Amino acid sequence: MFKRLREFNEQTVTVNIEGEDVRVPLGETVAAAVLVHNLGYTRTTPISGAPRAPLCMMGVCFECLMEIDGLPNTQACQVQVAEGMKIRRQQGVGGSDA
Amino acid sequence: MPKTYQLVVIGAGPGGLCAAITAASLGLDVVVLDEQPSPGGQIYRGISQTPDDRSALLGADYQRGADLVAAFKASGAQYWPQTTVWSLNSRREIGILRQGRASIIQAERVIVASGAMERPVPFLGWTLPGVMNAGAAQILLKTAGVVPAQGTVIAGTGPLPLLVAWQYLRAGVKVKAVLELSPGTNLWRAAPYLPGALVAGDYISRGLKYTLDLNKGGVPIYYGVSRLQARGNDRIEAVEYGWDILGSDRRETIITDSLLVHFGVIPRTNLTKAAGCQHIWDRGQQCWRPQVDRWGNTNVPGIAVIGDNAGIGGARSAEHSGRLAALEAARSWHLISTQQRDRQAHNDLKWLRKDLRVRPFLEALYRLPDSLLVPPDDEILVCRCEEISAGQIRQAVREEHGDPNQVKFYLRCGMGPCQGRQCAPAVAQIVAAENKRPVADYTTFRVRPPIRTLTIAQLANLESSES
Repeated sequence: MFKRLREFNEQTVTVNIEGEDVRVPLGETVAAAVLVHNLGYTRTTPISGAPRAPLCMMGVCFECLMEIDGLPNTQACQVQVAEGMKIRRQQGVGGSDA
Repeated sequence: MPKTYQLVVIGAGPGGLCAAITAASLGLDVVVLDEQPSPGGQIYRGISQTPDDRSALLGADYQRGADLVAAFKASGAQYWPQTTVWSLNSRREIGILRQGRASIIQAERVIVASGAMERPVPFLGWTLPGVMNAGAAQILLKTAGVVPAQGTVIAGTGPLPLLVAWQYLRAGVKVKAVLELSPGTNLWRAAPYLPGALVAGDYISRGLKYTLDLNKGGVPIYYGVSRLQARGNDRIEAVEYGWDILGSDRRETIITDSLLVHFGVIPRTNLTKAAGCQHIWDRGQQCWRPQVDRWGNTNVPGIAVIGDNAGIGGARSAEHSGRLAALEAARSWHLISTQQRDRQAHNDLKWLRKDLRVRPFLEALYRLPDSLLVPPDDEILVCRCEEISAGQIRQAVREEHGDPNQVKFYLRCGMGPCQGRQCAPAVAQIVAAENKRPVADYTTFRVRPPIRTLTIAQLANLESSES
């Protein structure tokens, strides 16, 4: 579980994480937002379905692959939150039910 | 025809920024490509947006980046943030993804400054959610002020675990323990290099300060720890570790929902390998790195590699090597003569030599034992993406798939989304250990573009010019 050191007073946007509207600070990455939201895991593996969560936060581990605004295989640590953004976990290879 | 740029710098960390500042001041037309939204690299990540209180918490080393970024902004170099490089070839054609559109640009000269990544060390349970790299946690702190909510355990080797623990202490985050996994005997191997390290700067005194502050703050630091394991079902619930001293079998458990690990950093070589640059095994750093001369030149004409990308030297050395590569670029267009280059390089070369004197000490002190480089248990998942275990890789080697690339073809390890970034070093180590040969006898996986995810639509709409 992660938390913000202080409640934000900067500008915020509302994103939708797995069906739930969440207010997050502008400029934050999707990966940071879902970690604070306590999503637990961000994707399941295509092989065994094991849950995975962000590991590197700098784009080299590809564990934070999520479906962002309908686009699967998006690295959540490399994308910043935007108003109205729809964020879903990637199940397996992703995109099959999109 | 793709649009041609005189000098393209890939990466806006300390090395890339200094290369760009120097090159622009010498009259070169410079474009800096960077995947982050603001300059600074991972070391100074988010420096231009970080609120003052958080910046103070991170310490003076972090604040140093602010001056560098200010100088860069005033330099006149073009800056393309949020630009992903997905290809670089030996003809210096660069595939980029910018604002959702893929294109190819041509560079007359390229300085690759894509930095380092945390060394992946597979251990039991390292794929469980809640296990994160310590540098990754530091990025969360720098960019978002986000920290573990219910405390954490920091395990591994190197100076970074100490620094992150120290920053957490200042931020009021509970650090349940720091587990130092380098063997106690490293101290004796490192001791002869201590005088040199003391010359290099305040590295040693800062390390001691962090340790003393952690002691005062009541953070336990355990040395000589081995057999690290993360336990849990769908996420980490506990950390297990022990000591392998004199055959003792002492095991300890800490209940935690967060484990941060760090085993030093290694150069990011996907781009340089794709471009055909020669790589060599560095015995001190225990990793492969591109082979470069003092100006950063590789075997591929017009492609230079600098900073940690060319071998780990840290942020300050990266600044010097960036300037050296920029001087060499200016010389190549006869904007300055060879004599002018050498004269202007004099100070950078001097400071670089001084700064690098800390490295033999750090490399010996934090040298990884074989038990961390070669995953000992057959059940350890080595390839996270394709879920291939150490046992499967050993079996493949025994069945005559005796080279990392053969293992890759046979098992698919290294063929998942991360393209081998997380498993390549361990696969090579396992292959070498099974064949009882030095790892330097092998090369890691071949790398082919695209090295970042692209959609078919982006590829189909490829623009070969950039307006």
